[in-house]
Amino acid sequence: MTATLQKEQLAPRPRPQQRRKPLRPARVVLQGFLILMAVGWIFPIAWAVYNSLRDYDFTSVNGYFSVGGFTLDNYIEAWSRGNFGQTFYNTAIIVIPSVAITLLLASMVAFVLARFSFPFNLTLLALFTAANLLPQQALLVPLFRLFINFELPYSVSDSGSLYDTYVAVIAVNIAFQTGFCTFVLSNYMKTLPRELTEAALVDGAGVLRRYWQIVLPLCRPALAALATLQITWVYNDFFWAVAFMRTGDKMPVTSSLQNLRGQFFTDYNLLSAGSVIVAIPTLVIFFLLQRHLRAGLTLGATKG
Amino acid sequence: MRTLSGVDVLTVALMIAVPTVVVVGLVWGPALATVLLSFTDWNGIGSLGEINFVGWQNYEDATTNYPPFGPAIRHNILWLVVFFLGPTLLGIVLAVMLDRELRGSRIYQSIFFMPVVLSLALVGFIWQLIYSRDQGLLNEVLGLEGGARIDWFGNSDINLWAVLVAAGWRHTGYIMLLYLAGLKAVDPALREAAAVDGAGEVRTFLRVIWPVMRPVNIVILVITVIESLRAFDIAWVINKGRNGLELLSTLVTQNVIGEASRVGFGSALATIMIAISTVFIVIYLIQVMREQK
Repeated sequence: MTATLQKEQLAPRPRPQQRRKPLRPARVVLQGFLILMAVGWIFPIAWAVYNSLRDYDFTSVNGYFSVGGFTLDNYIEAWSRGNFGQTFYNTAIIVIPSVAITLLLASMVAFVLARFSFPFNLTLLALFTAANLLPQQALLVPLFRLFINFELPYSVSDSGSLYDTYVAVIAVNIAFQTGFCTFVLSNYMKTLPRELTEAALVDGAGVLRRYWQIVLPLCRPALAALATLQITWVYNDFFWAVAFMRTGDKMPVTSSLQNLRGQFFTDYNLLSAGSVIVAIPTLVIFFLLQRHLRAGLTLGATKG
Repeated sequence: MRTLSGVDVLTVALMIAVPTVVVVGLVWGPALATVLLSFTDWNGIGSLGEINFVGWQNYEDATTNYPPFGPAIRHNILWLVVFFLGPTLLGIVLAVMLDRELRGSRIYQSIFFMPVVLSLALVGFIWQLIYSRDQGLLNEVLGLEGGARIDWFGNSDINLWAVLVAAGWRHTGYIMLLYLAGLKAVDPALREAAAVDGAGEVRTFLRVIWPVMRPVNIVILVITVIESLRAFDIAWVINKGRNGLELLSTLVTQNVIGEASRVGFGSALATIMIAISTVFIVIYLIQVMREQK
């Protein structure tokens, strides 16, 4: 079940045969219910987009329940007031190394767990898998103290310690996410035919070559799914930067939301535009790579 | 293994050791340290040598001498119960509905899934546009004017419910997706057999599908509990978890990163979170590791 499920999820699913049944009353009720739900579901986002495109003076006179006053100015102003150029850059500094190193570390452990049968395999897998399930606050106290007391020269860090540095946030993101990726990747690698690496073994390929040149390329679908998912998660992470960073200019997009509230509070058209700006990267991923997102999520959680 | 050369042994050892050091050093080590610190009076400033063990003192203080503690526990429990009865159940129902051949099934799935890619902090922002007292949609729709207008995120009697609606909006799609993946993996022969036996759809689901879905059900149980316990971002974005939005997670954070750094006390609160989540992590691991064999 495991193997077939995973293959199916990663390959584009063939469309089921369209055998449409005649419309029965039950079907009509069902469709009606789903349409209502779907409209309600999309509404909060649509409402934000709609009002982000309208002039504040127009809506303050006519109310938000109106049509007209369309403009793009809110985006221009929200962009500069929210300092989004800076915060998006900060997010990139955190997301790119976090995801790359997470996948590297996870694939190494997963390779060993999938290709060798050591007695400690199951324990190790449990150790990694469970790490991602702890509440983040469970780690807060010691990590906070560790970073503050980890002294660095002021030439390297403005705070004189690891606190308020990207390294701290990146390291914690990596540690927290590696477990989940290890779990998904080791399951995926177990579905690869063993003959492949055994043939390479006969050719005299070492462990490193078998990992890097044979198994990893075969894992591309799983790696793509995980990378998509991890980029979304780390982008969306709010807590670690709030906990371990202090300087407003260094905050990534999601964590800087806590400061934006005051900035935008009086002008809801601006607040709408700001919300849409923050949502755009993940919504783009959603529309372009939904298949990968779904594969990543379901592989991790409902494997089996 | 018999064919491992010396270089290979070293490679394998490193491939295991480096990630393990990272995860143990930055996740399990700190979690254990949290538990230990919860029995001390350390204020975070003095050297580790000055730490005094104070037994259960911090836990006693939390339960008897810390007003936000009671509300936080109640709010977390309410969050959990509401999440189960609302979004989790709705997600399952939607999954069952969308699992059949249905016009537009993929589109519905995409729409319900969309909020899942937004952070909970941003969800708080987006719903602020609906909940705001002066400029929000809800008061306008309800026709409330002047003093009758409600600050849905600010009023401590109702803001938790407003937050739960917003957070549930996101949680539902997540559960739907997981359950749908589980349903797709159910052997179609089972349904056919039930149909041949003349069982109706509801009966088929309850008697045939539900039992087969046990692994997915457990995963969903664990995810819902853990997400309820982890709830943080949206409360922090709204008012840093005060005034009706106290949660265990916000209390820990307030006690640790604020000016008054109460390390031992904050650790005690965090340890309570660890204890609860450990129960469900173990349930999850038993389920998952059973499948590994």
